[in-house]
Amino acid sequence: MSVESSVDLTASSAAYGPDNPAPVIEPPRARTKRTPRNRRTNFEMHAWLFMRLSGIVLVVLVIGHLLIQLVLDGGVSRIGFAFVAGRWASPFWQVWDLLMLWLAMIHGTNGMRTVINDYAERDNTRFWLKMLLYTASVFTILLGTLVIFTFDPNIR
Amino acid sequence: MTRRYDGRGRWSVIRPGPTDSEAGRPLSPHPEGISVPAGTLYRGREGMWSWVAHRVTGVTIFFFLFVHVLDTALVRVSPEAYDTVIASYKTPLVSLMEYGLVAAVLFHALNGLRLIAVDFWGNGPRYQRQMLWTVMGIWLVLMAGAAYPVLHHAAEILFGE
Ligand code: HEM
Repeated sequence: MSVESSVDLTASSAAYGPDNPAPVIEPPRARTKRTPRNRRTNFEMHAWLFMRLSGIVLVVLVIGHLLIQLVLDGGVSRIGFAFVAGRWASPFWQVWDLLMLWLAMIHGTNGMRTVINDYAERDNTRFWLKMLLYTASVFTILLGTLVIFTFDPNIR
Repeated sequence: MTRRYDGRGRWSVIRPGPTDSEAGRPLSPHPEGISVPAGTLYRGREGMWSWVAHRVTGVTIFFFLFVHVLDTALVRVSPEAYDTVIASYKTPLVSLMEYGLVAAVLFHALNGLRLIAVDFWGNGPRYQRQMLWTVMGIWLVLMAGAAYPVLHHAAEILFGE
């Protein structure tokens, strides 16, 4: 059986030919003058992969954090400046908290980017919401990092 | 109700046609039901609701984390400033919010692992529904386990020792 005979031409497609070309369908995202020539980056794929890999690491970091801060001997009732000083005296917990901060913030920011892209339909709104998001995220990451690295137990 | 995709970007909803007794007349001439354009509100099954919950919990955790880094930064201001804010976290209302945060984090974490399994494990898509019920089961057990440690302090304030 030849290929042609297995293709079922419907009445409408059979009517088109060189003399009667089918209408052109605009692609939903046509290239414009501002479209970069090379769009073959894998950013979205890497972001997708990062969400999953960071998620696995975050399960350990975040659940461990909740256990220590909220569940084990006394929960929040024992948290205070002295408790923080005791934990950040150890490089292990400094690295733990630093890693958790960076991974959670980047994971959360990328997730929020997806949410904004989904719901903000106007180009301008979408752009400014994302700028606000990135500004808040960079600020939070830098502030948190600074606090972990410059913590001073003898501040008073 | 089932949905049918025409392959060209349009969904329709198949509603069963009225039956003999409901309609008080012979069966619909369309035995497969009638096809009407779908509304904009897609009410899916478990998979869609778990996606909504994953999104809502993710956004909630993000906003919490922002506030949480700010309050922790108070340790750079003074021990008193930090301890004052933390003291307000030991009140019953905030404890209850904490329990809600634990609920959100546990769901997002467990369901996140399920999403990862759906994407990377060959049989994931086939078992996604069973995995969702497993997630809900583990979530319930962990929430029951977290209730006492997170809430007993608040319960003592509210109801006495
Ligand atoms: C505890 C471990 C965590 C795991 C296993 C996890 C896993 C995931 C996964 C697999 C996704 C889906 C990404 C996609 O659909 O492409 C996701 C989305 C998301 N996550 Fe997490 N995550 C965790 C923690 C967090 C934290 C701490 C935050 C907040 C800072 C967060 C915020 C978000 C947001 C906002 C989204 C986007 C939701 C959406 O697009 O509907 N997640 N997470």
